[in-house]
Amino acid sequence: MTATGQSLTQIANGTKCVIAAIDLSPEARERMFELGLLVGTTIEVVRYAPLGDPVEVKVRGYRLMIPRTDAERIFVVPPIIENKG
Amino acid sequence: MSEGKPLTNIFYVALTGNPNCGKTTVFNALTGLHAKVGNYPGVTVERKEGKLKGTPPDKQIVILDLPGTYSFSPKSLDEQVARDVLFNRIKDIQRLSAVVVIIDAANLQRNLYYATQVIELGYPVIIGLNMMDVAAKNGEIVNIEKISRRLNVPVIPMVASKKEGITALRQAIIEQVSRPAKPIGEISLFLNLPDYYKPEIENIAKLLRECGNAQVNPYAEAALIISDEKALGERGQNYPESVYDAVQEARKRIESAGGDWKTDIIGARYEFISDINAECVTQILNIQETFSDKLDRVLTHRIFGLIIFFLIMLLMFQSIFRLAKLPMDLIATGIGSVNSYVVENMPTGVLTSLITDGVISGVGAVIIFLPQILLLFLFLSLLEDTGYMSRAAFIMDRLMSKVGLHGKSFIPLLSSFACAVPGIMATRTIESNKDRLVTILIAPLMSCSARLPVYAVLISACIPDIKVFGFFKLQGLTLMGAYLFGIILALVMALIFKKTILKGEIPMLLMELPPYKRPTLWTIFRHLWDRFVIFMRQAGTIILGVNIILWFLMSYPKANVETKFNEKRIEIINSTLGVSLTSDNLDGFVKQLKEKTKLTNETETVENKLLSELESIYREEVSERVSNSFAGKLGRTIEPIIKPLGFDWKIGIGILTSFASRETFVSTMAVIYSVESDAQEESLSTLANAFKEQKRSDGTKLFTPLTGISLIVFYICALQCAATIVVVGRETRSWKWTAFQWIYLGILAWTLSFLVWNVGRFLGYS
Repeated sequence: MTATGQSLTQIANGTKCVIAAIDLSPEARERMFELGLLVGTTIEVVRYAPLGDPVEVKVRGYRLMIPRTDAERIFVVPPIIENKG
Repeated sequence: MSEGKPLTNIFYVALTGNPNCGKTTVFNALTGLHAKVGNYPGVTVERKEGKLKGTPPDKQIVILDLPGTYSFSPKSLDEQVARDVLFNRIKDIQRLSAVVVIIDAANLQRNLYYATQVIELGYPVIIGLNMMDVAAKNGEIVNIEKISRRLNVPVIPMVASKKEGITALRQAIIEQVSRPAKPIGEISLFLNLPDYYKPEIENIAKLLRECGNAQVNPYAEAALIISDEKALGERGQNYPESVYDAVQEARKRIESAGGDWKTDIIGARYEFISDINAECVTQILNIQETFSDKLDRVLTHRIFGLIIFFLIMLLMFQSIFRLAKLPMDLIATGIGSVNSYVVENMPTGVLTSLITDGVISGVGAVIIFLPQILLLFLFLSLLEDTGYMSRAAFIMDRLMSKVGLHGKSFIPLLSSFACAVPGIMATRTIESNKDRLVTILIAPLMSCSARLPVYAVLISACIPDIKVFGFFKLQGLTLMGAYLFGIILALVMALIFKKTILKGEIPMLLMELPPYKRPTLWTIFRHLWDRFVIFMRQAGTIILGVNIILWFLMSYPKANVETKFNEKRIEIINSTLGVSLTSDNLDGFVKQLKEKTKLTNETETVENKLLSELESIYREEVSERVSNSFAGKLGRTIEPIIKPLGFDWKIGIGILTSFASRETFVSTMAVIYSVESDAQEESLSTLANAFKEQKRSDGTKLFTPLTGISLIVFYICALQCAATIVVVGRETRSWKWTAFQWIYLGILAWTLSFLVWNVGRFLGYS
């Protein structure tokens, strides 16, 4: 699979970026979409759990924890201009 | 009122919304104490409904609190039930007169995703825009009128935790149901979809309308079954074959037009919502970090987060054991005095024995653990309502994932150290059914507080009171070992279950971390009350029943030993006091003797010594009766099974009677070994000494360290708890899994005890 941008796990805490692709199973993708993580949505890595997994992200004004292995399959690009999320 | 046709005046109103939107608080405020908690038919999803307070007398409005839901594509049983109710697919729930959707104003977009889905169904909808105060604190101003206009439904601003907006919501509900019922509306969808979708939705909607039985807006249903494979189901499963085929064709056309039918509709909805959000919400302050965020900085911090987590868990356990001790002692004393009151005021006989040893001690066995159970529920609902529960899952997820579970299993397992009953009931928050089942299956391996008295007496009887490495007491180490062994065993079993019978794709855990909240007293009280009722109704009755059966097994058949022991009594009285008593006036003489000693305060008199000797004759008599009872016979029957574990038939009786609850082992053994047993602390050492005196038939000691460890291992594993079995049956809704758990733990107990005993003896231990 060719995916654009960096994996979400390569992004430093507190950095805002935009989802470019979600390379997960159809069911997982659907759930992510329903919770508001769509291609083009602004996402921010808040922090990792004390033991390194899962990762807490901020999206559409709320916080969500995502397992590290799934976060690795979310690809992001830096925000181009002021992006409404 | 109109008594002839009462049904026409009952209106059902569903209350729905995302998890963490404050729905439960709204429900409690709307219904007060008039709520009923049950289950939906055939599933363990909790069904909560209550009458709306303040309804005019000619009407009855029932509020149905649906489980928290993110969407109509269910990922858990809870979500499925919520959807089925709204789609009018659950038989014993009548058609909804209105739907109230609660929305978290501080998390508007994701909440609107679900709210727009509900509105599209075509019911009269009222939106409760909750947590307006949190939104304001975040610097957001939400324009109520604009939202109401865009969604075309009434919107009521609320702060449910402060009861703001409740009256307005109640009024809106009453007004809505007072209007004449209209057929389901065919409103247009809140979707910014590409043009090529429109004819497809139109077409499927037409088919749905034609095949009759359209329960909701056919456009909404059409959009759902185009995008969701599970909602469509197999060919001919949920929908007629014509509909199924039409959907498949529609999907193909969408694909060839360059669309993705699985996600386009979700995206189109969020686009619509983003528009609403931009139009109706004004950000007046740019708040970088809310109070909740700051709290999270500490509470989920790499180091402090872990420390605080362990401190909270420690505090929880310390207070459960410390705070529960006093009420538990009081209950024990209370039961004791009720028992002796009955004994003193009723004629000796079968009925008295049934009431005291059967009913009262049965009730006692139920309520003795109530303080612990309720305290645990209190902590659990505090953790849940403040929002810390999801942080605990966040922190522990990594650890739990090593055995194939996720963070949400941690708290239920931890609770099981106090009592498996609330632990198992707390597994309801686990979405994945398989994970929930694994958690339930291993929960009893956590040593609960009922096992502590068993461990305590066995350790002090069997483990020498020595120190190892200079300062560790061996007895203490053994106790710690018992707890650790249970934990390790539980984790190993979890791994085995996840790899074998409960294998399945590891569900992705996308868990929300809601902002911290101050819990409301009322919600917590309600929560406690609901749990209390469930526990008493389900477990209470069964434990009582089991106890009466045990009483019967231990009292029948009546062995004819009275004459033998009366002769003993007469002999000792005659020789001590120099009287010539016969069996005719024995009872009267003993009574007089008791009263006489009560009057004098001296304790060292001949009469007192005589009384205590009579007491021990009585205990011997009881012991012999039990040995000759059904329970005694059963103990002998199972002896061949438990002999390879190092146990004799008397221990067998103890194991059998532990079935009601494990701590019964201690009192049963006290009866069998004719030791005085009451709640006093010295009785533990008396009992332990009695254990130490027991011999096998070959004259060697029965309770060696090896026997003790073997028996402790047995008690760690075996599921000897009627309450747990009942609760597992209720929570899994499957007698097969309940039976499976009992059997697997039984096999585990036998096998491991067998290994301990035989390997130990092979290595030369006794």
